[in-house]
Amino acid sequence: MVEASASVKTGEPERESAMRDWSIRLRRNAEYVVIPLFALVVSACAFSLFLLLVGKSPVMFFELVQRGGFGTAFSIQNTLQRSAPLILTALAVAIPARIGLIMIGGEGALVVGGFASAAVAIPLLERVPPGPTLFVMAVAGAIVGAFWVGLAGLMRHARGVNETISSLLLTYIGVAIMNFFVEGALRDLTNPNKPSTKPIGDAYMMGKIPGTDVHWGLAAGVAIAILLHVLMTRTTFGFAVRVAGGNPRAALAQGLPVGKLIVACTAIAGACAGLAGFFEVAAIQGRANASLAAGYGFTGILVSFLARHNPIAIIFVAILFGGIVASGGLIQRRMDLPDATVLVLQGLTFMILLASETLYGRFSIFKMDAGRDRT
Amino acid sequence: MIEARTGVRALALETIGMTKTFGALAALDDVSLRVEPGSFHALLGENGAGKSTLVKCIMGFYQAEQGSLLLDGAQAVVRNPRDARALGLGMVYQHFTLVPCLTGAENLVISRADAPAVIDWAKEKRALSAFLDRMPFRAPLDAPVSQLAAGEKQKLEILKLLYLDQRLLILDEPTSVLTPQEADEILGLLKGMTDAKEISVVMITHKFREVTAFADSVTILRRGRRVGGGLVAQMSTQEMGGLMIGDTQISARAARAERPPGSPPAETVLELAGLLATDEEGIDVLDRVNLKVRAGEIVGIAGVSGNGQAPLVEALSGQRTLRDGRIFIRQQAFEPTRDAYHRLKVFGLPEEPLKNATVPHMTVAENMAFRSFDRPPNTRFGWWLSPGPMRSKARELIARYRVKTQSPESAIGDLSGGNVQRAVLARELSGEVDVLIVANPCFGLDFGSVSEIRSRIMEQRNSGAAVLLISEDLDEILELSDKVAVMSQGRIAYVAPVGETDRATIGRHMAGHA
Repeated sequence: MVEASASVKTGEPERESAMRDWSIRLRRNAEYVVIPLFALVVSACAFSLFLLLVGKSPVMFFELVQRGGFGTAFSIQNTLQRSAPLILTALAVAIPARIGLIMIGGEGALVVGGFASAAVAIPLLERVPPGPTLFVMAVAGAIVGAFWVGLAGLMRHARGVNETISSLLLTYIGVAIMNFFVEGALRDLTNPNKPSTKPIGDAYMMGKIPGTDVHWGLAAGVAIAILLHVLMTRTTFGFAVRVAGGNPRAALAQGLPVGKLIVACTAIAGACAGLAGFFEVAAIQGRANASLAAGYGFTGILVSFLARHNPIAIIFVAILFGGIVASGGLIQRRMDLPDATVLVLQGLTFMILLASETLYGRFSIFKMDAGRDRT
Repeated sequence: MIEARTGVRALALETIGMTKTFGALAALDDVSLRVEPGSFHALLGENGAGKSTLVKCIMGFYQAEQGSLLLDGAQAVVRNPRDARALGLGMVYQHFTLVPCLTGAENLVISRADAPAVIDWAKEKRALSAFLDRMPFRAPLDAPVSQLAAGEKQKLEILKLLYLDQRLLILDEPTSVLTPQEADEILGLLKGMTDAKEISVVMITHKFREVTAFADSVTILRRGRRVGGGLVAQMSTQEMGGLMIGDTQISARAARAERPPGSPPAETVLELAGLLATDEEGIDVLDRVNLKVRAGEIVGIAGVSGNGQAPLVEALSGQRTLRDGRIFIRQQAFEPTRDAYHRLKVFGLPEEPLKNATVPHMTVAENMAFRSFDRPPNTRFGWWLSPGPMRSKARELIARYRVKTQSPESAIGDLSGGNVQRAVLARELSGEVDVLIVANPCFGLDFGSVSEIRSRIMEQRNSGAAVLLISEDLDEILELSDKVAVMSQGRIAYVAPVGETDRATIGRHMAGHA
């Protein structure tokens, strides 16, 4: 009865108000696009200054990034190849961020996940066909990764341990555990150069996406990003996570199981990073060794922050950074710059991005209600 | 007498045409006021009327855009709080600014601008005791501040300003952390000092009782403007209240529906049985709290801030785990889970709703759906959200509770305080309510909203809800409650029907002497 009378009272045409709602949402979201773009431009300028200081041409640098990352069909495929793990490690930051946690343990989960994939494959090789073997490897990578970051989430929930520090420290433990096994019990003795697990062999390597040189990890990364976006925006789980992340006290007062949500989010995050490790082993390296810790986990942190922890935006930002990583070799050769140059760019971008956080809410153009509603 | 005239140390203060704007909002609009030397001046107004802005301009925290400040008739320039201090202006804040782990003496000495790097304590102690001999009151100087009662801390805050030789004290709601007796004592002491022309006092308050009992003159602000003032002796509280509120429409208070005499007592709905909780250091913050609330009854919990009220609210709203004790609702053990809140119809209005009951960057519609987002029609299959029904429900509630917002899609953090409170009221009170936990519901709200919220709470009581009202505002408790309970040091020290008790008795129990 009450509902009927109220809907008559609101009275306005549904379509007009829907249009207005849409425009308010658009304005609000515009802020999340404009400010990170602005931060990117500022970091490009700052990095150009750095290049000028060391006597190199910024124009040439960005030209080479364009050519080496996106210029040819080959370089685009190379870029996409490198974006795949970045999407997954960025998701490993984005999902905990939604519940208010800064998890930077993606690198560790990638390493232990990749190692677990390689390790479970050893007894299956030659006995089980490649398809099921790859499936078992993927599951093992995801579960171990989920456990790894989930542990940091559990410590946060149960004991109040700072998740940023514990996830970072767990990364070192993860790398050490892998080294312990690849230099010991699981070392492939036929490979004297670099301590590694036994290679899974070409027959067991994961194939490419037909018509390209890019492995299936990219498709999986994009699919998982879309899936997690839907999970976060269109399900009750995602809603509960957003409430708990936005205001834990309010969430508790609504009876939401904040602790369980924290552990669930961190486990999802770890599973993503663990899968990134699986794809590195099954599609690129063919074995687990120290090359797994190539920094994808850390670059993923930057990708996620730049994408404002939005899974769809992560896909695009990951491709951009995949291109920068991919052009690293070309830049090194043509400009005589060391490998670490790209890291300088990433570090600068990250700092400027964090500083730009203070700009949110400063510009009235993004707000329609501003100044109208004060009583 | 002649000696007293020439010995006037108190400062005269005058502001002329003070104006200060924040963005489009004129927080202060051409405010002029005059404080005679040695007078006790009250600054009266609702929240947001500009009282704090005015004193912050005087103290140099803000720079007024227009207007000037005269001290003893001479133009004074206050660019920052240090200037204000040098001119003899001192301020007592709502919350204590003493260092808790230091003793009173240490706090006094380090507060001095010229405190030496190496302190000769023997000399300082002698100087302090000579200083105290000149003071009309004392505070313990040798115990760490953390061990002092609130009233003693407040005295020490005032002593600190006198020690720094401040001759005009500005007090920002100084009694909000004190029992009525402590408040009377401290204001009485200050009144004595102003009568002796030692100091002048400007006190921000919204309590008429304090104005009529202690102040000589008053200035009333509303929406940044001076709307009236004069000698307290020549004004009635009704007149002052009218000026404070202005022409704001006050919705009629819901009347208390009395139970027919002779009817059997209503059933007990909410029962707290021996609640025990400790803080991080293992100190008891709830010390076996026992309390019963019947259907159709408001039980008000009074107490000095920090005596366990906050932990009690947290325990009831799932934010603090209990070490021992149980909560029963209609004889069923209650755990703060989502299912239990829904099944037993438990709702809550926390203080500062934007901080405690919403997610500011989520939309109004989403915030209004916190109770129901995981139930049909807002979900399908138990996990898939349907934003359509959520939005239309929000539209209905926005209209019914007159929430002023551009759209259900606006972020709730962009709304004003009163509208956030109404949105939360709509969420928590639009269904059937069996138990309602309310904590300082009117804190920081304007008069219109206060009256509306109080009448909504009364409506819930009249329709049979068991209401637990925790408030630091004794007047609010006396107005709304059927029963008054007093909380002191983590326990319920006193319970009485509201008709059989009075302010003095409640105050004694608040102080823990009874």
